[in-house]
Amino acid sequence: MDRRTTLQWMLAAAAGMPLVRLPAFGDEAPPRQPAARGYGGDPDLSKTYHPGDVWPLTLDEAQRRAAAVLCDLIIPGDAHSPSASAVGVVDFLDEWVSAPYPRQRHDRSTLLEGLTWIDAEASRRFAQRFADLTDGEQHAILDDICCVANAQPGFAHAAKFFARFRDLTAGGFYSAPEGRQDLGYRGNVRQSSFDGPPREVLRQLGLDTAAT
Amino acid sequence: MPFVSSSRIDQEYDVIVVGSGAAGGQSAYTLCMEGATVLMLEAGRKYLPESETPMFQTPDQAPLRSAGTPDKEFDFYDATVDGGWAVPGEPYTQTSQDPAGRFDWWRARMLGGRTNHWGRIALRNGPYDFKPYRRDGLGFDWPVSSADVAPYYDKVERLIGVYGTSEGLENTPNSPPGCLLPPPAPIVSDLLIAQRARRLGIPVIPGHRAVLTTPLDFKRAPALLHPGNPKAQEIIAADMQQRAACFWATPCARGCSIRANYQSTTVHLPPALATGKLDILTDAMVSHVLLGKNGVARGVRFIDTADGTDHEAAARVVVLAASACETVRILLNSKSPGFRSGLANSSGKVGRYLMDTVGSSLRGQVPLLEGLPPQNEDGASGHAVYSPWWLYSEQHAGKLDFARGYHIEIGGGRRMPGVGTLAGIEWLTGGSYGKRFKEDARRYYGSFVNFDGRGEMIPNERSYCEIDPTVKDKWGIPVLRFHWQWSQHETRQAAHMQKTFAGIVEAMGGRVQGGPITDGARAIKPGGSIIHEVGGAIMGANPANSVTNEWGQTWDVSNLFITDGAVFASNADKNPTLTIMALAWRAADRILDLMRRKEL
Repeated sequence: MDRRTTLQWMLAAAAGMPLVRLPAFGDEAPPRQPAARGYGGDPDLSKTYHPGDVWPLTLDEAQRRAAAVLCDLIIPGDAHSPSASAVGVVDFLDEWVSAPYPRQRHDRSTLLEGLTWIDAEASRRFAQRFADLTDGEQHAILDDICCVANAQPGFAHAAKFFARFRDLTAGGFYSAPEGRQDLGYRGNVRQSSFDGPPREVLRQLGLDTAAT
Repeated sequence: MPFVSSSRIDQEYDVIVVGSGAAGGQSAYTLCMEGATVLMLEAGRKYLPESETPMFQTPDQAPLRSAGTPDKEFDFYDATVDGGWAVPGEPYTQTSQDPAGRFDWWRARMLGGRTNHWGRIALRNGPYDFKPYRRDGLGFDWPVSSADVAPYYDKVERLIGVYGTSEGLENTPNSPPGCLLPPPAPIVSDLLIAQRARRLGIPVIPGHRAVLTTPLDFKRAPALLHPGNPKAQEIIAADMQQRAACFWATPCARGCSIRANYQSTTVHLPPALATGKLDILTDAMVSHVLLGKNGVARGVRFIDTADGTDHEAAARVVVLAASACETVRILLNSKSPGFRSGLANSSGKVGRYLMDTVGSSLRGQVPLLEGLPPQNEDGASGHAVYSPWWLYSEQHAGKLDFARGYHIEIGGGRRMPGVGTLAGIEWLTGGSYGKRFKEDARRYYGSFVNFDGRGEMIPNERSYCEIDPTVKDKWGIPVLRFHWQWSQHETRQAAHMQKTFAGIVEAMGGRVQGGPITDGARAIKPGGSIIHEVGGAIMGANPANSVTNEWGQTWDVSNLFITDGAVFASNADKNPTLTIMALAWRAADRILDLMRRKEL
């Protein structure tokens, strides 16, 4: 990975602008690596698993803090449900990027590089880490990267990172009980009959007279 | 003792059945219920759905919120044990690394095989499907007709329980009254799709799936299944009463602890074991069929996978039901002076005409389905309705640029949210985050519809498997090497699927995610993706160009039968499992008949 790629897109983003500070890649301790083995082809399906049970989590405190800030900007608490970090999404993201599978290893590169980039971008624009910016400053950066289709060329890679980060944040949030409830999922309960849609729904869609 | 160990099978059985899935389960069931003694050998482990099925577990209780991984391809809670497109220590090879030239082989190493997780879609082949060559000059006719197999479809439907209706549509067979169970209620998206598709001339009718929407008819069915056999009737009547009807929750692919859907382990094996005639040996990997001096099979050689030791088992009759490709592998590895290129391979056709189903999918988003009141749409795990192929006459008149049809599997609804449920919705939201993203998530959840085309592949000379000359698996057994090539009949069909699905989405006022794929070679999923592997030891009327006769009896070895999908001479758009079971029952009846006449 990837360091080369990171540099390329960071430099692209910074093109023509004064560089405040780039993290000194060469000085970093090597990142903790994901585990070599997964849960295998015959795991116990009846037990309840928590992040870290099958393979160790690998994000450091700074990375977890950065992930928490970003995932709560994507899914903040509101009148319906808590924020992403409040329902364990940071643990889920840590479990995901620490997993020994190809898809997750690929996401690991995307997410870790992206979190590094977003701090660098915050430093460049506002001389602070992303987590320490004001709401307005954070939004200023996110508005540049929140849509792959509309991102300026210099933000194209960062927009792809953000899209993936948002997908995983949403995945972690809506697969949690609070997220299911927020969406109004009513299934997974034993019923004595299954009667199909309520009459008012059929009327609303003009389906109440449709032959089925 | 029904579950036996490798050191305790010194008796000679009437029949050895290799494999325990749809084919093995049905073969053993029919044979044991009619009095034959059977040893079933299964390469995977013993599996008990009643205690092992994760029925109500939610994604937050699983690693990675239950997302699929190479260890569990579809979902953490999928029933498959030690399986997937790659099984550690049990490789296969490809002659091409190009995705268009690959066949990837799904296996499950567990009692009941792939029946534990399958989609339960149970469609009958129609009259054209058994005589495709007669209709359009392509592929091969089967040596059986729709009328020959219909009584066995009736039996299988009555035994396993299949919901659906008889609609009298072309090449889409009816079942006799009392055979099918009532279909489940459709959900809103099903009804909207049906309304709009019909405006385009596409029929949408109740699906057929092996799920009990009501309890089985334990009073009437047993006498129809086993006429003149009170003992068998008593056993199956008792077993039918142990199967609960669906309680409208939990995905069928996890298996079913209340036995409301069909899997071999909950439907075929319990009554077969209750006869006292069935011994099951799991962790037994069959490597060869053993040939006696008289040119008939005397049994099989297998490896006890617990300790790697070699064993033999003996029987009057050997039935291969190991899955199409595994059966081919056993035959090709069973070489002897009389069969230098593999057992029962005097035609040279073992491994030939491997087929999968043509698959192509499309997703759409439908504003009419946004913001509906929360409701439980679990139903019977989807597939309440489907579209059978509807363009038979246009195709026959040469108006389409591909020769065979497809059916449409329809999906939608407010399913259990998972890791992917709200992924990739940027094309709808324009990139929202924050409170607006949460509002968007509520708005779009449940408003998506999915279309999966499942179409017929015509057998061809370039899609086959053979033994790799050098590679062996961890047991030392030579592995399969695959060759694969679609013809334009398949790729054009996939393009037609895309166009059709996009048309339905548009007729619903919806938008297609990513746009339809117009290039069929890109629209078609790679070989093996749909996990409908059939062919490789096709049945026919002529020993020169087929491997078995109409009963799955190999032309070359009179007491060697094949009852899995290997015998399929064509692969209709109809999902193969119901036909595998019907043909297995028919083959077992033939074996019983020949044994009674002392011809085996």
